[in-house]
Amino acid sequence: MNIYADNAATTKMSDRAIQVMTDCMRNYYGNPSSLYRIGQRAKEKLEEARLEIAKLINAEPREIIFTSGGSESDNQALLSAAAAGKRKGKTHIISTAFEHHAILHTLKKLEQNGYEITLLPVHENGIVRTDELEAAIRDDTCLVTVMTANNEIGTIQPIKEIGGLCRQRGVTFHTDAVQAVGHLHIDVKEQNIDMLSASAHKFHGPKGTGFLYCRRGVALSNLIEGGAQERGKRAGTENLAGILAMTAALKDSVAEMDMHNEHKRAIRDRLIKGLSEIPHSALNGDAEKRLSGNVNFCFEGIEGESLLILLDRKGISASSGSACTSGSLDPSHVLLAIGRVHDVAHGSLRLSIGEDITGDEADHIIKSVKEVVEYLRGFSPVWRDLMTGKREFIL
Amino acid sequence: MALYSEKVMDHFMNPRNVGVIENADGIGEVGNAKCGDIMRMYLKIDDEVITDVKFETFGCASAIASSSMATELIKGQRVEDALALTNKAVAEALDGLPDYKMHCSVLAEEAIQAAIEDYKKKK
Repeated sequence: MNIYADNAATTKMSDRAIQVMTDCMRNYYGNPSSLYRIGQRAKEKLEEARLEIAKLINAEPREIIFTSGGSESDNQALLSAAAAGKRKGKTHIISTAFEHHAILHTLKKLEQNGYEITLLPVHENGIVRTDELEAAIRDDTCLVTVMTANNEIGTIQPIKEIGGLCRQRGVTFHTDAVQAVGHLHIDVKEQNIDMLSASAHKFHGPKGTGFLYCRRGVALSNLIEGGAQERGKRAGTENLAGILAMTAALKDSVAEMDMHNEHKRAIRDRLIKGLSEIPHSALNGDAEKRLSGNVNFCFEGIEGESLLILLDRKGISASSGSACTSGSLDPSHVLLAIGRVHDVAHGSLRLSIGEDITGDEADHIIKSVKEVVEYLRGFSPVWRDLMTGKREFIL
Repeated sequence: MALYSEKVMDHFMNPRNVGVIENADGIGEVGNAKCGDIMRMYLKIDDEVITDVKFETFGCASAIASSSMATELIKGQRVEDALALTNKAVAEALDGLPDYKMHCSVLAEEAIQAAIEDYKKKK
């Protein structure tokens, strides 16, 4: 049995996306910037894709910039809004403590260049509070960037309300929606979003492809200088095969979203119920306001990497926020941000399920995790100390 | 390429000398839960020879494999020879560890030293 439960890391491409991609490689190989018909046919396909993507998030086609993925979109959005702010003397940026590193590392760079960064707390439930955001907005705030759904614990943020507050105060609002696009309904107008980042490989599209939505009237500067592609905002010959495959994948994901969410939610809750039976364990993040595919637990007394390797041997692909899986000394900044202490954050497990998971597979996961946790606790000195009272239980 | 050598996987999946020695002659513990690695070694020593050794480890696969291999390397050895065991020898016996996992073998070396120190103190 092989159960892929790491869809938040990447998804398997859909057959249709692969079909569209290879068709494009064979039939639309022209450069969209060329004036002969082969080039212009490619250009037509490119613009059809832009129109389709725009429709799927209720944007205008000219508001979509194709990029290499989520990280590039995040970088471009933040650096653009920061530059636009500086031109008006505004250099304060608000974000959260548990953003993706594509955001946090870009903010760190901006901080080194004189910007002031406020990171809002995300509390035990992993959700930003709008009253705290409101209080943090200042006259010199140029940008608020809050992710739509967290990549590790799946918690969904009150994007529409945050966008509304930003609109009232004249602050640009960007959201890293990499985990949300294709999984949650996105309507940039209704949700008051000025900029949004998306990545194709999180919704069964290809890797290396994504887009940035930038509302008309919001200034965009380019990261990559060169030709006049993407209205001069992103140079480089367009990755047409990737863009068309992404578009096909997103169209299908949006069409089947409600059905898939209903199924995944049922399996997610079955997993949460089953794993909660493990003593001294805890679900990370809000139980309700989370992506339908996300389950994230901490198990006291064990370490995440060894858990993952043993689960892999039982045919289950998952991930962890333990330091050993990241190559750094600290466990996941997301788990620390929701108040998990280092000792238990090392023993975390993230399961991000796809729509093809079955109930039997969920039961196999529960059984396997129970066995592995028990096995590892069997020779963990931390567990021994917890059981003999030499150390206090945290969970 | 696999993350770990077959030997590391073998010692991780089937760790040798796992457990506790009641009334051990020396107990050593290194690392801390904050960093995600704790190793505890128990030694039974007769006439300056390590007659039995057991370990408990909280940590990643390479930490568990390093503990297991270290116990195999010192079992039956004289205390002074066990003291001379280096982390490099542990890593080599495992057919190598990824660079960023070398600290796991260091922990194994230190755990043995700590256990022997404890034995000498008690003596």
